Formats: sequence, C-alpha cells, structure tokens
Amino acid sequence: MKFKVNNEEVFASTGGRPFDKNKPLIIFIHGSGLTHMCWVLQTRYFAFHGYSVLALDLPGHGLSGGKSLTSVEKMADWINDVIDAVGFNQASLVGHSQGCLVAVECASRYPNKIQTLSLMGGAGAIPMNPELLALAENSDPKAVDLMMDFAHGPSGHFGGHPVPGLYHLNTGSMLVQSKEIKDTLGVDFRACENYSNGFEAAKKLDLPTLSILADKDRMCRLKDGQKLADHIKGSEVHVIKNCGHMMLLEEADQTLAILKKFILDKYPIT
Amino acid sequence: MDPKTYKFDTLSLHAGYQPDKNNGSRQVPIYQTTSYLFDDVDHAAALFNLERGGHIYSRISNPTVGVLEERVAALEGGTAAIATSSGMAAIFLAIMTLCESGDHIVASSQVYGGTANLLRLTLPKFGINTTFVKPRDTEGFQKAIQKNTKCIFGELLGNPGNELMNMPEVADIAHNAGIPLMIDSTYQTPYLCKPFDFGADIVVHSLTKWMAGHGSSMAGIIVEGGKFNWMQNDKFPSLTKEYEGYHGLSFAEEFGPVAFTMKARAEGMRDFGPCLSPQNAWNVMQGIETLSVRMEKHCANAEKMVEYLLAHESVAWVSHPSAPDHPDYELAKKILPKGRGSMIAFGIKGGKEAGTAFINNVKLASHLANVGDTRTLVIHPASATHSQMDEATLKFAGLSQDMIRLSVGIEDIDDIKNDFEDGFRAAKKPKLVANK
Ligand SMILES: Cc1ncc(COP(=O)(O)O)c(C=O)c1O
Repeated sequence: MKFKVNNEEVFASTGGRPFDKNKPLIIFIHGSGLTHMCWVLQTRYFAFHGYSVLALDLPGHGLSGGKSLTSVEKMADWINDVIDAVGFNQASLVGHSQGCLVAVECASRYPNKIQTLSLMGGAGAIPMNPELLALAENSDPKAVDLMMDFAHGPSGHFGGHPVPGLYHLNTGSMLVQSKEIKDTLGVDFRACENYSNGFEAAKKLDLPTLSILADKDRMCRLKDGQKLADHIKGSEVHVIKNCGHMMLLEEADQTLAILKKFILDKYPIT
Repeated sequence: MDPKTYKFDTLSLHAGYQPDKNNGSRQVPIYQTTSYLFDDVDHAAALFNLERGGHIYSRISNPTVGVLEERVAALEGGTAAIATSSGMAAIFLAIMTLCESGDHIVASSQVYGGTANLLRLTLPKFGINTTFVKPRDTEGFQKAIQKNTKCIFGELLGNPGNELMNMPEVADIAHNAGIPLMIDSTYQTPYLCKPFDFGADIVVHSLTKWMAGHGSSMAGIIVEGGKFNWMQNDKFPSLTKEYEGYHGLSFAEEFGPVAFTMKARAEGMRDFGPCLSPQNAWNVMQGIETLSVRMEKHCANAEKMVEYLLAHESVAWVSHPSAPDHPDYELAKKILPKGRGSMIAFGIKGGKEAGTAFINNVKLASHLANVGDTRTLVIHPASATHSQMDEATLKFAGLSQDMIRLSVGIEDIDDIKNDFEDGFRAAKKPKLVANK
C-alpha cells in the first residue's frame, strides 16, 4: 500500500490482506539497508489472522520515496507520523536490528501510542566497525558482502531456507543493493553509529516488551541484546539456538511462534 | 577484513543443507515422498497462503529437490531457483512465467534444437512469437525488439556452432528496453561462467548435462538473479499486478528479488507440474559435488583435442573458443577465464559421407544425442539433432553438412585421440571400411 507521510510517498506491505482501520495495527520496522521484504514470513500470518499490518519501507528504502533519515531519533518520529497518517492512535511495533533502536526510541517518545514492543536481534547501541561503515558510505559492494557474512548464522551460510528454493545470502544481498548502497546502508549505519540514547530510552519504557535473540548473532551479540532487555522493565526474552542475526528469516517459524504467542497475549484482537 | 562466506568448491558440497536438521545424515537424504503433514488447520492455511515456508506436496516442492535448488542458486550467485524435470521443462516454465499470449521473444539463432523448435513452432500456438538473431549480431538484438518483447533469450556459446554472444552488451540492450536477459548456461555451468556477473537476469540449465555430469538423470533448473526490477514498467503485469490465484498478491511487491521464482512455483509448478523427482535431484547433486574437478578436466582435455584436431590432415576446420583463430577468442577469454567448455565442432574433409564413416568407426566415443557426459560423445548434427531443419535453416543455425559435434569427456586423452585416429582412417576410405 502507498500513502503519504510529510508529503513523501511511503510504501508498506500489508501482508497480503487489505489494510483495515478496524483491526489492531502492527508496524514492522526493518534493519539497516533492508526493506519490508525481510518480514514476509511474519507479516502475512498476522494479516491473515485479524491484524492490520504495515511492513514499512523506511524513507529512501525499497519502494518508498524520499531520502533516508539520518538519525534514529528522526526515524522514531517518522514512525509516529506514519501512525497518524494511516489514521490510528495506537500501534504495536516490531523491530529488527536498527529497527529495535527505532522502536525503543519511538516507544519512549510516544508512550501513549505504542502498545507493545517486539525486538529481534536488538541492542541498546549498535556501534559500527569503522571499516564496514566506510565501505558502506562509499557504496562499496564489499560492505554488503561483509554484512551478509556477519548477519547470518548456520542457516544463512549453509542454506536451508524455510521457503523452498530461496538462498539467504544472495537474497539479502540483492535486497540491500536494490538502492545505491551509500544512500541506504551508508546512512543507516551512520545513524546506528551516532545513536547513544538506547539505554536511557529503554529505562523509561513501561509496556509489554519481547526480545527475540539468537546465540550465533554476530551483528548484535546475545549479551548486548540481553543487556538491552535488562534495561526494560519486565521484558520477556527468548533465545533461538544455532541461529544468526537474521532470525526472522533463518528461523522464521520459531520467530513467528514466539511473536505470535506474545502478540496474541499482550495485544489481542478485541 | 574480508567476508568469510563459503566459496564455490565448498558450496558445491554443502550449500542448501544442514545435517543437524536431518537426523545427522551427512549425505542429503532422498525424501521419496509426495506430501507433508500439517500441524493443524491453521498451519495448512498458512502454507497455502504463503504465510510460512514449507512443503505441501512434491509437485510444488520437495525437501531433497529444495537442497538442489538452493545449491545451484548459491553456485550461480542467484537469489532463488526452481528445479524441473528436464532442461526443456525449465525453459518452458521460465517463458510461461514471463510471457502471455501476444508477447514476443528475441532469441539467439544458435540454440539447442529442442529450444529452437519450442520457440519457432510450439510457442506460436500459444500466441508467443520469436524473432531469431545471429548470436554475434549484437545490433540485431536491438533491432528485433518490439513493443511486446518480454525477454532476450540466448545461449552464451551457441549450440553447436560455438559462436559467442556478447552477453554484457546484449544485457545492456535488454535492460535499456526494460526487459530481462535469459541465458541458457548449460554448456558453461557456474564453474566456467556466472551469467549474473555479466548482466543476465534469469539463468536456465539442462542439469542433465555437465552439472549432473554422468549421463544418468534428466533435470533442469531456473535460477533468478534478483536484480531485475519488474516494477519499472507495465510489461509484466502477472508479476506486478494483483494475482487472483493468491488473494490479490503482487509477487514483485511482496517478494522482490525472488518474485520470479515464487511465481514460477506458485503458478507454474502448481498448474503445469514439471517437477523433478527427488531421486534425480539427488543424482544431480552427486554430480555437482565434483563439478569443479570434472570441469577442469573436461576443459583441459578439450584444449588438447583442439590442438590435435587443428593439426590433423583430415580436419577441414575446428571451432572452439580456445583456438586462437576463433573469432571470439578474446571475448571468450574475458567471459570464460577458467576454460572455454568442452564442446568442439569440427568439419571433416570429405563432407557428409566422411562424417558418417567417422561416426560409425569410433568406438570409445559414444554416438548419441547428448552432451556433457563424463564420457566422450560425438554426433553428426545434420543427420540427428537438427535433422528436422531444411538446408537454409541449418545454415542460419550455424550448421553445415560436414560438421561433427564433439563433447569431450574426461577419459585419458591418448585413448580419445587413438579412437579418433580409427575414425579418421575409416573416413578417408569410407567405401572400403565396413560400418559397425
Ligand atoms: C543447451 C541446452 N539447453 C537445453 C537442453 C534441454 O535439456 P533437457 O534435455 O534436459 O530437457 C539441452 C539438451 O540437450 C541443451 O543442450
């Protein structure tokens, strides 16, 4: 679905069902350089089971217009604008990686709007490896190769995609390269590098929160995800074994099962 | 800092499979199964709605076939793949996923005889027409594009004339016209060339040939590059517009870099059903495990055969891109740096009669209608694979009456040469030597 936020066109997948203002809204926020497509094995389920789903393309990413936002704070405000733009006053947020920084910041800024938080492969801060950051800012495809290496665990590196015939590493690589690397990945990595308010924002939160972490995550390590969860009151934590940073694809079924249980419990369809 | 993702030889053994998810079986198990239990009604619905990944019925997907698909996608540098019962099934499925009645294809004139027949005679029955262009006529591809053209199709090294298509330039022509380039890379395998690196968007293979390698199993595959933007124009409504068969799904919007494969499976496999058997998928994987070592030997033997044939008094001409006098020698070095493949075409002095005598008197080289076996194969195209063609069509397809097509195997090179000596000796005096 396409709509306008701050006069720029925004694309969001609605998970294969028409967007319905009478169903509770779940917003999915992708990680650095990615697009709505990384959520396909979660979004369609919720859309077919009574929720209104928006898997966003951040500005400048995927099928959205505009330029990439340069800070996590701006992205957090933009999520708030999205909720207004589609005519809702409440939403639950699901974030992956950088999307977790955005979701936490957004929930701390707009506590009355955000109902639940689900954080996948998150951390309180995501400092970037300087070499990787420089490569991304120079649009060097090696940045994408390195990212694909770090972002995947055994399922990604060997294969065994939940959707028959798909190959993780190259699919991820093409998603990131659908736009100029420096304009998406480069800007996002810099925004992650600069963001320092994660733990402060986390301490302010008072809403049901779920963290899904993976023991083989080399992008946001398990202990960093755990540390963020420790700063959030009453946060629920699940660790997926033998899995990397892209748990939403690498172990899509496990991720969905955990998310489903949490959302149906804490954010039920009324 | 360099990425530590696995490289080609490792991927050919491991990609697509994790033993710990399969009872620790080190080798890929053969799922000789048709159908897969649903956990509950909700799970069944989720699989049919493409909410979750997984297997439903082996016409659509099968766990063993799935490993092969991922493995070939990994080796080609593609995002996704879909395996089929044969190479022809792959070509048909790819075209049917792309085209509708009223559409048009621009194709290289030097393609496998079966493909030529499909494009020239069979697809017009479904309203899909093809304009053929000689592979070296790069400008010709440009000129042949019409408003309703939906892809350019070609084999990198034309079969059997060994004319090289300038893939990077033809890719540019396709992309400027907003259409994808589809390459049949059967003769190259990803070991020799990854067409996606040279601008191709869809790669098809007859896995029956070098990929499987041992002349045991029929199989084909379509691999998607993931770069082509289907939404850049309105030429591909079945990929970009709402698809009735899946609750108004737009494949391009929802699946982006894997949209083509998702559609080929959801629609084509469901409706046409050219699925690969798990046993054949497994056989092909046995071959792929040794793809690098076999291709190296195939190419080394081919180059020795080229030298031998070039120096032979009974040979009128030799066509192989490793020969310095081949018109595409330089381009081939660029696109096929590791080797130019093991298909050689040569003309035998004495024309058709000598050709027949040669074929009838070699013993080690097998006379049959296949290529890419571990064993050396020979055929006389004008009287076999391309026998349905008249003289003019033969010429347009780059063939001649004196042509012998040779698929060089990995036997000891001296034995192949000795066998050929017997053939040439017989060809010199065809009347005096009794046929086998
Ligand atoms: C280049 C090429 N493409 C496609 C095919 C068709 O493949 P199959 O025989 O597996 O259907 C062949 C078979 O000879 C071929 O040589």
